Amino acid sequence: MVVVKKSINFIAVLVLALFSMFSYGDEIQHKPGNKVDTAEEINDYIAHHLKDSHDFHFYTHNESGTHYSFPLPVIVWTSNGLKTFMSSEFHHDDAGKVIVEKGDVKLVKLHSKIYELESGASTINFDEHHHATNAHKVLDFSITKSVFGMLLAGILMLLGFGALARGYKKGKMIPKGFSRVLEPLVIYVRDEIAKPNIGEKKYRKFMGFLLTVFFFIWILNLLGLTPLGFNVTGQIAVTACLAIFTVVIYMFSGSKDFWAHTLWMPGVPYILRPILAVIELVGFVVIKPFSLLIRLFANITAGHFVVMSLIALAITLKVSFGPVVSTGMSLVLSLFIMVIEILVAFLQAFIFTMLSSLFIGMAVEEHDDHH
Amino acid sequence: MYNLIGAGLIVIGGGIGLGQIGGKAMEGIARQPEAAGKIQTAMIIIGALLEGLAFGALILGK
Amino acid sequence: MDQLLHDFSPGLFFMQAIILLILIVLMRKFAWKPILDSLQTREDGIQNALDAAEKAKLEMQNLQADNQKLLQEARAEREDMLKEAREMKNKMIEDAKSEAEGQANKMIAQAQAAIEGEKKAALAELKNQVAGISLEIAEKVMRTELSNKDKQLQLVETMLAEKSLN
Repeated sequence: MVVVKKSINFIAVLVLALFSMFSYGDEIQHKPGNKVDTAEEINDYIAHHLKDSHDFHFYTHNESGTHYSFPLPVIVWTSNGLKTFMSSEFHHDDAGKVIVEKGDVKLVKLHSKIYELESGASTINFDEHHHATNAHKVLDFSITKSVFGMLLAGILMLLGFGALARGYKKGKMIPKGFSRVLEPLVIYVRDEIAKPNIGEKKYRKFMGFLLTVFFFIWILNLLGLTPLGFNVTGQIAVTACLAIFTVVIYMFSGSKDFWAHTLWMPGVPYILRPILAVIELVGFVVIKPFSLLIRLFANITAGHFVVMSLIALAITLKVSFGPVVSTGMSLVLSLFIMVIEILVAFLQAFIFTMLSSLFIGMAVEEHDDHH
Repeated sequence: MYNLIGAGLIVIGGGIGLGQIGGKAMEGIARQPEAAGKIQTAMIIIGALLEGLAFGALILGK
Repeated sequence: MDQLLHDFSPGLFFMQAIILLILIVLMRKFAWKPILDSLQTREDGIQNALDAAEKAKLEMQNLQADNQKLLQEARAEREDMLKEAREMKNKMIEDAKSEAEGQANKMIAQAQAAIEGEKKAALAELKNQVAGISLEIAEKVMRTELSNKDKQLQLVETMLAEKSLN
């Protein structure tokens, strides 16, 4: 039984890894217009992938340049109010060439960001650093690929765990089918992450946040490894939001002891106390959330970067080693990194939840000993 | 250029730190195999903190 | 850092905050609360069942000990009763034996006495008869003897001789 399970897992991992690899490979080889061949083009392509995007791009046919993608709605807050339209109006342009006019505002898309042209301008101008001179960014509430990914993860979670919850409601105490996989995960988060760090008495209140964040991050990390090309947890805005949620939660649930120890540390000379308070406050408000958000962002970004670079070996080394050797090399290396990335996907979700609960545990802890 | 040197220094420091953590954790597990779970969790947390530090420095220097 | 700040999208941040908030609320209501409650109930149930089993085991042990005690008592009682009965039996046998012996002795004594009496009576009668018979014999002898003078004298002579010998 265990052997069967293990081999099924292994095959699933293998299939997932291979699938994503080919898909990344395809994406790289079928850049719209011209082929991606040189190192700079590959770098550009990877940088483009790491960013959020306004349409869901699958594939571009090489010769004809036809795009196979579906557009996502763009919702922007411009100087003239809220504007909504489909991203297909940009016609896959990402260099600020296609201008979409909505009422009296002119919008362009430049490096996956939407800019509004200043009044009177008819084309976008750049300075020597390729920064737009006559356009500014707008508040972009679009359903981008990342938002789409989040919604997808949310729906998956609601479906999966909703089914588990309904299974219990029917009076059956033992879950069936896929819920059987989910239940031990919930128990794992409760018993290995929340209880030891927050404490038996107070953990219940934070379970909603911890469980949601754990599965949200994990599912999004895994979605990032699929051929769909999501990079949600590699968006700094997403990780920043998650970290700020953690800060808000532990700041608002801090016990009296926590504040006493943070702001006026007992048992320390009076002169040192304000200094300590500043250090502690900065630690709790800035450093801890910053390390949380940077860790998740950097790990996922680095993972995507490494996987895509290794896949790109097939192209970059083709000249020196020939197509067979370079493809084989990139296949083996990226398969290896892909398996590690699957581990990292779990590990980062675990670490984020673990550290969140550790910080919450620090905040809600009540000291019995007065030292 | 200086960025790259800085990044290299960060990676060296982080590598030494991670090596220390991992090595000591291994020693600990070898000495007390029954405490392996606890040691692993503590190791991962410390590793994560170190990682946060190193990534923070890398990002700030970028 | 500049690059990061440039990449940071406030809109995405806002969307993420909204989605996460809604997701946390929905998941709490529809998933985590029922799941955690059910897990708690199940674990409590298991704990209770284990406790109950432990208690039942203890009770069983107590009961068994009680039973053992009762059995022991009953066995002791039976033993006692048997012993008593045996003693009684022995006593009865003993009593009966001694009584029978006494009776027998008495009877024997009586019988002996009776036999003695009978014997005496028989002897007395025998004596009487012997005396009578002797007398008759003597009479007859006398008659025959006295019919002859010589013989009478001879007799007297012998008798006298005998007497003198005595």
